Amino acid sequence: MLLKKKELSRELKNFTINFGPQHPAAHGVLRLILELDGEVVTRADPHIGLLHRGTEKLIENKTYIQALPYFDRLDYVSMMAQEHTYSLAVEKIAGVKIPRRAQVIRVLFAEITRILNHLLAVGCHAMDVGAMTPFMWAFEEREKLMEFYERVSGARMHAAYVRPGGVSLDLPLGFLDDLYLFCNQFNIRLDEIEEMLTGNRIWKERLVDIGVVSSKKAIDWGFSGVMLRGSGLPWDLRKTQPYEIYSELDFSIPVGNSGDCFDRYLIRIEEMRQSLNIIEQAIKLVEEGPIKSTNYKLNPPSRSEMKVSMEAVIHHFKMYTEGIVLPYGETYTATEAPKGEFGVYLISNNTEKPYRCKIKAPGFGHLQALNEMSKGHMIADVVTIIGTQDIVFGEVDR
Amino acid sequence: MKMKIKKFEELSKIVPILTYQRMSDENTIVVSHDKLLFAMKCLKLHFGYQYRLLTCISGVDFLGKDYRFSVVYDLLSLTFNTRLRIKVFVNEITSVPSVVDIFVNANWWEREVWDMYGIYFDRHPDLRRILTDYGFEGHPMRKDFPLSGYVEFRYDETKKKIIGEPIELAQEFRSFTYEMPW
Repeated sequence: MLLKKKELSRELKNFTINFGPQHPAAHGVLRLILELDGEVVTRADPHIGLLHRGTEKLIENKTYIQALPYFDRLDYVSMMAQEHTYSLAVEKIAGVKIPRRAQVIRVLFAEITRILNHLLAVGCHAMDVGAMTPFMWAFEEREKLMEFYERVSGARMHAAYVRPGGVSLDLPLGFLDDLYLFCNQFNIRLDEIEEMLTGNRIWKERLVDIGVVSSKKAIDWGFSGVMLRGSGLPWDLRKTQPYEIYSELDFSIPVGNSGDCFDRYLIRIEEMRQSLNIIEQAIKLVEEGPIKSTNYKLNPPSRSEMKVSMEAVIHHFKMYTEGIVLPYGETYTATEAPKGEFGVYLISNNTEKPYRCKIKAPGFGHLQALNEMSKGHMIADVVTIIGTQDIVFGEVDR
Repeated sequence: MKMKIKKFEELSKIVPILTYQRMSDENTIVVSHDKLLFAMKCLKLHFGYQYRLLTCISGVDFLGKDYRFSVVYDLLSLTFNTRLRIKVFVNEITSVPSVVDIFVNANWWEREVWDMYGIYFDRHPDLRRILTDYGFEGHPMRKDFPLSGYVEFRYDETKKKIIGEPIELAQEFRSFTYEMPW
């Protein structure tokens, strides 16, 4: 009997599955259309926008102060980093310098936020891949850090603490002591997490050589933050385009070697250690002084001053009826948020509302490379790659 | 980090610049939309600039102007640690050439601008809506699109599904603007 070649080979169609939007490993509401060849991903098409709340549109209809809390709600695991960027953008257009104490406090909280974010990133990444314990440990530490948020602003997450012109309230008594105590014990917690993961065979098998991004690819895809540093590019806005007091601080930037998920995990751990280092340095730099700029176009005058100065009363009234009025101007201000370069492109038109406030979210840029990164990997590795990109849908969908 | 006016003159010899703006330490050049691709390619590949990283693309709606929209490209040069903003002004009927061939990551940013402003990008490989809902109509970031939108959604108990209806506000949306008396 003769067999035709056609009969011997069977045509197999690629299998398309729908991943998400309600999948615990999708980090929120990511809907992925995965085209599979057996278990190998041939195409990944992320559908985003399920958490789109129209933040940019809402900001255009709010005053500069009212717009600030929206920034907490973008990337809801690194809240203050985004307030910080927005405040810097407003200050840049207003041309206001803020007092040194406020700058140091901002740096303190920017670094607390970085630890907060990386703990979630590493913890959730570990849980997605199958290690449950580090997640629990990380969340315990996160709770402590959110207590610092609470002590200073009254809110655990959506703090609205960093405001244009400084910070909203002064540090409570004994805050810095407790922060110092936290730093001392946190190093050990980090060691514990590392003990569980870094040398772990299963963890390594899941991460090493997964989602490799070359340095050229990382630039082409417009990566920033850990994703860029993981590919061996020593680019950190805190060093290259320093803001606040970062130029005075002594810290190093961890850089990856091979650009795989494991490198990025190691970078996140090292960045947390560097953040601790920065916090310890910044605690020493906290000095007496005002926490808000004395520019009354941006910050209300103090109560005591209002009792004696008519001008202060007028400024107070204008401040709370009209809000901040920024002159014509535009700026693209970017800071090193934990996830990467978070930028605010702000256009002001001499009114109390921003004309346009574009939010450049790092996650948006990273997620569009998901197809490229996951191509040729197994379906289980897609979860690893989503984890390593540290996607949070609040900022991707805005 | 700072680029002086002289640098703009040098730049204008290579890139067809219409005009340039400088705000505090940020540099902006305005390019006509038909020269955009050439300008972008120059800025990316020219040895003296090397703006190899596209940070983001944003749309802006200047309602009432002749050229209603502007598309703003933020470029970053890792080599020289400089940023440059490139603006293109278009009206409602002209399209902008897509820069996806030059910067791969322009893909989603352009999709977002298309979704939000309805600015069409020529030769974009995959110009679908990105952030709004499936089947959404209109371009929500336009200044003439109301903040409350046109459709509201609710779960219909009889049909057992979510339905969209024209929006009904108990109180009309009020926009509070304050004129500066001085």
